[in-house]
Amino acid sequence: MSDPDGVSPVLDAAPLRTDPRGFLVRALTQLFQGAIPAVAAIIGTGGLALPVIAGVLIFGGALSFGVAWLQWRRLTYLTGADDIRVEKGLLSRSARSVPYERIQDVSIEQKWLPRLLGLAEVRFETGAGGKEEIALAYLSLPESERLRELVRERKEGPPSPAAAMAEPSPSAARAGGDVLFAMDDRRVAMFGLFEFSLVVFAVLLGVTQQFDFLFPFNIWEGDGWRTLVSGGEAGIEGLAHMGRVTLALAVAGSLLAVVLLGIVTGIARTFMREYGFLLERTARGFRRRRGLFSKTDVLMPVHRVQAALVRSGLIRRRFGWYALDFISLAQDGDKAEDHVIAPFAQLEEIWPLVRAAGIEPPGEGLEWHRPSHRPWLYDTLLNALLFTAVGIGVGVALASPFPPALGALAIAGAAIVNFIGWRRHRHAIDNRQIFSRTGSLSPRLALAPLVKLQSAEIAQSPLGRWGGYATVRLGLAGGKLDLHGLPLAQAKAVRDAAVEKIVAVDFSRLPG
Amino acid sequence: MEGEELTPLHPNHVKALRLAAILAAIPPFIATLVIELAHVLPVPRGLALVPVLALLVWFVIRMPLRRHAARGYQMGADRLRVVRGLLWRKDTVVPFGRVQHIDVERGPIERYYGLATLVLHTAGTHNASVPLPGLAEADALEMREAIREKIRRDTL
Repeated sequence: MSDPDGVSPVLDAAPLRTDPRGFLVRALTQLFQGAIPAVAAIIGTGGLALPVIAGVLIFGGALSFGVAWLQWRRLTYLTGADDIRVEKGLLSRSARSVPYERIQDVSIEQKWLPRLLGLAEVRFETGAGGKEEIALAYLSLPESERLRELVRERKEGPPSPAAAMAEPSPSAARAGGDVLFAMDDRRVAMFGLFEFSLVVFAVLLGVTQQFDFLFPFNIWEGDGWRTLVSGGEAGIEGLAHMGRVTLALAVAGSLLAVVLLGIVTGIARTFMREYGFLLERTARGFRRRRGLFSKTDVLMPVHRVQAALVRSGLIRRRFGWYALDFISLAQDGDKAEDHVIAPFAQLEEIWPLVRAAGIEPPGEGLEWHRPSHRPWLYDTLLNALLFTAVGIGVGVALASPFPPALGALAIAGAAIVNFIGWRRHRHAIDNRQIFSRTGSLSPRLALAPLVKLQSAEIAQSPLGRWGGYATVRLGLAGGKLDLHGLPLAQAKAVRDAAVEKIVAVDFSRLPG
Repeated sequence: MEGEELTPLHPNHVKALRLAAILAAIPPFIATLVIELAHVLPVPRGLALVPVLALLVWFVIRMPLRRHAARGYQMGADRLRVVRGLLWRKDTVVPFGRVQHIDVERGPIERYYGLATLVLHTAGTHNASVPLPGLAEADALEMREAIREKIRRDTL
């Protein structure tokens, strides 16, 4: 690969630096991060003299700028003939070389501050998992595009059959690609409705609890309200005459306000994340762009798709809305593990996308198998045992009938969820793919080509051995695929069928 | 491939497990001894020591035998099957075609008994590494070579 001097033939004559404006972004970010603890410290020490505060601020500011400048100076990158090299570090230098063939994804992310300056963070994902990948922050947008194009061109090697099939005209693909899926504002708004944020609800309740000293009485107890309504000392004149109806209206009104706020927050957050969602088919794979303030631009090679995941929710399922993720070694941003391909779509929109990745949707003739009912039954019984013991124990201790009643409710809930879970779980296997449907309330369907699996395991818990069922764990690069509660004979059949398909294709010859 | 007999691990594996069990049993044994001698518990002498001792003896004598009996492997032409676990049984098949790299590890206890652990690494998130302990060192190296040979032949 490289000659004895460790220098491979280079394309760029000299190592490059990131965009100088990036230094400004870094310094400002550090300043922001430093400002909050600084202010806290100043307040915490009981208010120091003004000169001291000014001194601290100036020193802190100078330090952030100094560190940011040094970091910028000391980070260089070089695009060689067969790898990208990044050298960085102030005191301890690190030099990393990533061969083009190992780069699975190039993603361009624009957070709001860099975006104002026309900068982007470019990430080269290697499948090493999260932290070990290399990122260049911040580059100008044209330079980011150039790097991405370079990686695409350098990444030689035969295109996968699936990719070749779906690429009728590379020239057309290069010129932007075919749009596979897009969401207009109406769709995003609708999506936002279903993203009704329970978090906001919880936060609001928390806030009202925190600030309940602002109310003239304890809002969590009926007495205060009753006093208010019946016109006690704390009562406001006039309220007394309105009576119970007003109370009900007031409660309903505040509930409505909280719900409205939850809906608005859900829509706003969804807009920030999904605005302008555009999925295209390009020469090198799926390209996804989205985001309002922080724009992201992610590229995912088709042959890297290990499995597809179709998800839905308790309510959105009733309206036919589903989400499609692709599982791959590379990660989607920092949080989510799977690549969001279509976050909010009807099934008839999703299946073509699944096919585009070389995965077949479940057909009509597919034979679905139900799991054993025993794991769900055992879980229900264990829950019943636990809640009965706790309910009766606490009930006796408090001499109250409520804990046992609550326990009975919990048992009923667990039983219903387990029953639905048992009814919903099923799997199917044909000679190319494995399908697994899971989820009690929010259904998930995983579709994985058998040749992409890495290993197969049958795991049995003590209860499982007693009840004659097992879990089949299929090794999947970048995700997991478990089939729960299969009767032992069926588990063995699934594992053997999977292994037969796996050994038929060698890993090195796998496209991906 | 079901129904075929599993190859048991090397007999020295029992000794290695036992030595590890003895080392693990020392701290609770000393703790019980101290409690007994200091006479902290309001129970007659020996009432704390005897059950704990019985449990530890079972843990050192019987447990390694059962764990050894629960383990085994089956080396196929294109796959390795590893079975392990007493209560939580695991029966894993790793096709050689998916092996990324192979380790042969030797801990101090294993080295003392001339044993080694063969570890197969795959790209999967589940079972990213499948360990097979308790092999004679020569066997482990031989298996590693055999698997490497097969991977190479498949790739050529």
